[in-house]
Amino acid sequence: MLEVRDLHAFYGRAHILHGVSLEARAGEVVALLGRNGAGKSTAMKAIMGLVPPAHGEVSFAGQRIDRLPPYRIARLGLGYVPEERRIFTELTVVENLEVGRQPARDGAPTWTEDKLFALFPNLAGMRERPGGRMSGGEQQMLTIARTLMGNPRCVLLDEPSEGLAPIIVEQMANSIRALKGEGLCVLLSEQNLHFSQAVADRAYIIEKGQIRFGGSMAELTADASLREQYLSV
Amino acid sequence: MTLSSILIQLLNGLAAASSLFLVSAGLSLIFGVTRIVNFAHGSLYMLGLYGAYSLIELFGRTPLGFWSAVVLAALAVGLVGVLIELAVLRRIYRAPELFQLLATFAIVLIIKDIALFTWGAEDLVGPRAPGLSMAVEILGKRVPAYDLLLIVIGPLVLAAIWLLLTRTRWGALVRAATQDREMVGALGVDQAKLFTSVFFVGAVLAGLGGALQIPREPANLELDLAVIADAFVVTVVGGLGSIGGAFLAAVIIGVAKAFCIGIGSVTWFGVEISFSKLTLVVEFLIMALVLVVRPYGLLGKPQAAQRVAAEPAPPFTVPSWTFALVWLALLIVVPWVTDRYAAILLTDIVCFALFSVSLHFIMGPAGMVSFGHAAYFGIGAYAAGLLLKRVGLPMEAALLIAPLVAGAFAIVYGWFCVRLSGVYLAMLTLAFAQISWSIVFQWDSVTGGSNGVFGVWPSPWLADKTVYYYLALTLCGAGIAFLWRVMFSPFGYALRAGRDSPLRAEAIGIDLRRFQWAAFVLVGALAGLAGAVYAFSKGSISPSTISIAQSTDGLVMVLLGGVETLTGPVVGAAIFTWLRDVVARNTEFWRAVIGLVILLIVLLFPQGLVGGLKALAMRWRERHA
Repeated sequence: MLEVRDLHAFYGRAHILHGVSLEARAGEVVALLGRNGAGKSTAMKAIMGLVPPAHGEVSFAGQRIDRLPPYRIARLGLGYVPEERRIFTELTVVENLEVGRQPARDGAPTWTEDKLFALFPNLAGMRERPGGRMSGGEQQMLTIARTLMGNPRCVLLDEPSEGLAPIIVEQMANSIRALKGEGLCVLLSEQNLHFSQAVADRAYIIEKGQIRFGGSMAELTADASLREQYLSV
Repeated sequence: MTLSSILIQLLNGLAAASSLFLVSAGLSLIFGVTRIVNFAHGSLYMLGLYGAYSLIELFGRTPLGFWSAVVLAALAVGLVGVLIELAVLRRIYRAPELFQLLATFAIVLIIKDIALFTWGAEDLVGPRAPGLSMAVEILGKRVPAYDLLLIVIGPLVLAAIWLLLTRTRWGALVRAATQDREMVGALGVDQAKLFTSVFFVGAVLAGLGGALQIPREPANLELDLAVIADAFVVTVVGGLGSIGGAFLAAVIIGVAKAFCIGIGSVTWFGVEISFSKLTLVVEFLIMALVLVVRPYGLLGKPQAAQRVAAEPAPPFTVPSWTFALVWLALLIVVPWVTDRYAAILLTDIVCFALFSVSLHFIMGPAGMVSFGHAAYFGIGAYAAGLLLKRVGLPMEAALLIAPLVAGAFAIVYGWFCVRLSGVYLAMLTLAFAQISWSIVFQWDSVTGGSNGVFGVWPSPWLADKTVYYYLALTLCGAGIAFLWRVMFSPFGYALRAGRDSPLRAEAIGIDLRRFQWAAFVLVGALAGLAGAVYAFSKGSISPSTISIAQSTDGLVMVLLGGVETLTGPVVGAAIFTWLRDVVARNTEFWRAVIGLVILLIVLLFPQGLVGGLKALAMRWRERHA
């Protein structure tokens, strides 16, 4: 579904990604693990076209997307949930969802407000509340729901568990499993190994803009030295 | 004042407020989504007025003809807005904000000449609205029925915009993009189309504002800058991006102006105060007051920083000594070997070079964009002239004291300005320039009013044009060299630190406001020096030295050359002054020619001329390395 090959990207003049390759298949949850500043968010932004890739290929659903503007990439069915949430604070919950709305698409689940409120029950009670007056956990739910309104085939989740209370992290894990159940492909970036182990099938480890490991979650769980080298703080 | 005359002035003010609100709402909407300060918005208003005039002539003076002309004119202006967006602005959304500003200046110049070409220089007085030309009697006074209609139209349009923004998908997208347009794009929304549609709606509002004024004010070529100044004031007083705030501000300003006209001259405690003369300044006084109390306007909120991956401005490079000496030698030799005319043109150029470098200092290193830099240039010019003619000082003394006077004004104006930042700061500088202009324009007994001051000639030993040129070169050259030197002093570094990160600069102990205030005074005094030198070279001074047009000329010079280089403003001043001189001698439509040249440069060299040439040189060197 999503295939990245030898991706290089710059942020200003700083060379952040040095040839990242990874892939995510339909119905699969893939974790991109790494420490702060390893290049996780930049990789997500480069895939989405928010940071223009300097070199390398990104294909999505059989089509090259590495030269497309972000809105064209989104319209092909690749959803993006940013790390900082970026909720429209002046808009109500329903209006935030409206901005994300795109036509239904073949081969992807079609989301409605009601279906999303069933997935994120917290949001159902605050339909008219402005995004700026919600808690961090509620905003995180809303930002995912907003992206789902675009009926994506694949979702990029940038650090979904960051800064959330343990009980909300638990709910988030359930939601991600529900997305997988709908047949979506999910690529999530994480520092939280425990959370990733709970939801992901496969994992990549990124450090200094390069992929150091790619394999099943079970392999990573079994290899303590790998975790020690790249993930422990 | 009686109750009935108060009521009449109130109605008068409300009628004027409607058009003001329409044009400001459009400006605010466009700024919110695209972050472009559209200087051409007043030009769109002007086109609406001219367009309605022509269409009424075409359709006939019937109610149907009148109203279809008004609506069609507004829609046509909307299409002009779309054309501007597609042809120019769409290509430069990623360019620095100031460059977008320059592009909209160029459009102002082009539209002005298109209007001059199409409708001529004479004011065109439109017909009264057919069927509404009668007056309604209220409390024994007669009020034009058309004014009452305008009073209703304002709130109706406010309601329509509000519904559009809160009840439609388009409105949700517009409000979302106002906060974070990159995120809107990542959700699959085509920003380009959204921007075009916003431009259309904003331009229609401006065009409608103009077209509706047809029975109230004649179509004329001065409307573009006059209206944009008014619209800036209204949006800033109301709060950028707040439509409701724009309405409130339009009403306050419309009514305040109407009362100033209505009250006329009053004698209080034996002092005659002319309120009608206050009309030109009252809105700027209101704005200065509001911004000091509420820096984000009445209903505005602090601006959300748009997420654009902007690179920090690169450090300045100092021109080498050989480079500087070669140019200096050329500047000294040229008037010897050429005619008297070259000395006159070069005198203009060095004056404007200092003007432009001083503006660049406050915009670039200090990070405070000024839309009203002509204030200090003009005050310097007037101070020189008045000290010579009214006080009777020798010319040399007048020339040296004038910059101090300009600096003194900068102390007062700057105290207010450094309390703000960004667009609000720029607007406040415009307000102070406009206040200065109004005082000069109306204080006939001292400043000569619209005629200006005559006979401001230098002392006999400087009478020769070439000798005077050397004086100008010495003084302005010294001013420029001094400003460049200051940029690399601890004071200059502190200013640049404050521009790049105000919080961090303050955290390491820089009292940023005081530094910015000092910078304001410094550039004010040097712009005043440029003005004084300029005044004695021309022999007369007119209020146009303080006009908005003079301020925008300065911005064009700085931006044309490029903000990110030291020499850019000098090159920009030279090219602009020379180009204007050459073009104006050959065609009546010199503004359009200059506008087109600016557009071309903006589209080809988004970093300004010097910046663009440097980038080209770097690419060439890389290829041949």
